[in-house]
Amino acid sequence: MKKIIIKLEHVDKCFEKNHIVKDLSLEIYEGEFLTMLGPSGCGKTTTLRMLAGFEDSTNGIISVEGEDVRNKAPYERNLNTVFQNYALFPHMNIYDNVAFGLSMKKVNKAEIKERVKEMLELVQLKGFEKRKPDQLSGGQKQRVAIARALINKPKVLLLDEPLGALDLKLRKQMQMELKRLQKKLGITFIYVTHDQEEALTMSDRIAIMNGGILEQVGTPDEIYERPVSKFVADFIGESNIFSGTIRANNGDYLKIDVDEGQVVSYAKGFMEDEQVYVSVRPEKINMSMQSIEGFSIVGIVKEHVYVGSMIKSIVVLSSGEEIKINRLTGEDLIPIGKKVYIHWNVKDAVVMHSKDNEEKFIGEERGLDFIENKRTISV
Amino acid sequence: MYRGDRMETVNKKLVNNFNKAIMPIITMVGPVTFWLLLFVLIPLIYVLGISFMEKGVYGGVEATFTLANYKALFDPLYLNIFLRSLIIAAATTFLCLIIGYPFAYFISKRSPMTRVILLMLVIIPFWTNSLIRTYGWIIILRTEGLLNQVLMTFHIIKEPLKIMYTNIAVMIGMVYTLFPFMVLPLYSSIEKLDKSLLEAANDLGAKPRNSFLKVTLPLTKSGIFAGSILVFIPTLGYFFIPDLLGGSKIMLIGNLIKNQFLTARNWPLGAALSMVLIVLTIVLVGIYSKTGGDMEDIGRGF
Repeated sequence: MKKIIIKLEHVDKCFEKNHIVKDLSLEIYEGEFLTMLGPSGCGKTTTLRMLAGFEDSTNGIISVEGEDVRNKAPYERNLNTVFQNYALFPHMNIYDNVAFGLSMKKVNKAEIKERVKEMLELVQLKGFEKRKPDQLSGGQKQRVAIARALINKPKVLLLDEPLGALDLKLRKQMQMELKRLQKKLGITFIYVTHDQEEALTMSDRIAIMNGGILEQVGTPDEIYERPVSKFVADFIGESNIFSGTIRANNGDYLKIDVDEGQVVSYAKGFMEDEQVYVSVRPEKINMSMQSIEGFSIVGIVKEHVYVGSMIKSIVVLSSGEEIKINRLTGEDLIPIGKKVYIHWNVKDAVVMHSKDNEEKFIGEERGLDFIENKRTISV
Repeated sequence: MYRGDRMETVNKKLVNNFNKAIMPIITMVGPVTFWLLLFVLIPLIYVLGISFMEKGVYGGVEATFTLANYKALFDPLYLNIFLRSLIIAAATTFLCLIIGYPFAYFISKRSPMTRVILLMLVIIPFWTNSLIRTYGWIIILRTEGLLNQVLMTFHIIKEPLKIMYTNIAVMIGMVYTLFPFMVLPLYSSIEKLDKSLLEAANDLGAKPRNSFLKVTLPLTKSGIFAGSILVFIPTLGYFFIPDLLGGSKIMLIGNLIKNQFLTARNWPLGAALSMVLIVLTIVLVGIYSKTGGDMEDIGRGF
């Protein structure tokens, strides 16, 4: 059983009339790399700032190591933050920047010297002590910011889009480095980003937020393979999403009428006549000249694009909708302009409750059982 | 034919360049340059010139070169006035800073709407003639004035305070008049301060006192210096405040200069005194910009 280090219970945050974070409950384990992912304005940074102590929560409990920290100032919390714009002190050199936390704690000079040296070696900035922040590149500044936070030996490191301002190549490099640091030090990292690729490559777990709501928490492959909402399916990777109604439920084999025809999928926990979304990844979709039992979506092959290891095809349905299909190179291709049937392995599609229902749930009074079940994602 | 064509394109290019590159510069910078030339530089040269001339018998000047005016400045009488002016200016600057910093800090932490209102409250009195506002202070400070009446009514004092015609009255007038010059640059530099730096300090274990001393104060140095220069220099030059609130007893450089021009009719000495102030200003602003002061902050005060 992994040890919980941070616990958020029904946390809300309002700025005047704006409800930024809505009933967020989340448990974070010791030593894990958790990424908070979502589009801008989804509340992920606000959540991070509440953990750091820069913002108060309007409602709910935030505890670190079992202790309620809501009334603790940032300087009383054993967490440190790496800021998006680095926030290095421009009037201090690199040594003083990194030493800042320790000198505030009145650690003796000799030990500070030793630990700053150690830290600068860890982030590969030996010999930069005397420079000022404006003499460093973006990547170097980022390293200083990380060293400055880590020198305090925090239980948890909070990172607010730390790589957002770096160019792609440097970003990739820093991603690997951050991951290396996190493994080496065994510190919990809570990482905020809007970059799904970054989230997928670095995280042990990903928490996806949208419009202030925690949509899903899970390992990268859970999130990718089993998205729980249309938003998650759409946000992470490419997806073909159909909306429809369940016609028959035959031992969890669902017959679904979607706008474009009929499909079959396997999923638990759905009722007949329920509004659903069906999401299928491009690599899980097949097309064939003959119709397959249960499937009746028909389209015309529009194009094949060869991208090395695979071929990306597009099939246009009568509604004008385009279906993305990825197939491995070497398979037989159906020529462009032919009529094809779209189908998939029944267990490859993900069936999700329609967002309409969810919105209705959220709109209702808090505290009802079904919302607790729905919104508290316990992992 | 071919050659002519080319000439034409070259000409067109020149005209184009002129229109694209030079015209905007002339239209934008031209009026300002003209203004500064006409109303700042030429008068300045004129004053500089006069300061090296001899005083005319019936006022005015005689165009004979002399250093006598500058030598006269070392007369103990004038040195005394310089010293007193510098002390009053320094004290005024210090008071403005002590009152102005918390005030500017307070404003910068308000919501944008409140900020505008508070700044307006600082600026609005400026739209009233400062002479009239100084007369206002006489009404408050004089022996039967508002201040004494209030204090006597509440039995805080038995005898009326004699504030008028003292250094204190002059300082009150100076601090009051020059306060906005301190607040605006301070506000500008405090408001510019990146909030995340304070959060970072806080996050790294700095209590509010420490984050103020280690981060806020050093990073608003520029505003402190700008405000100080903008208060210090005018204090030396404002003549009507010592005239009105200090009576004839308190003589500062500003009064001295005014007297040389208007009463003693000694223009060259007045000009030499003025040059001292101008050089002092240039030196202070020079030090400010050399030590990394932000010219924008100093501009904010005007």
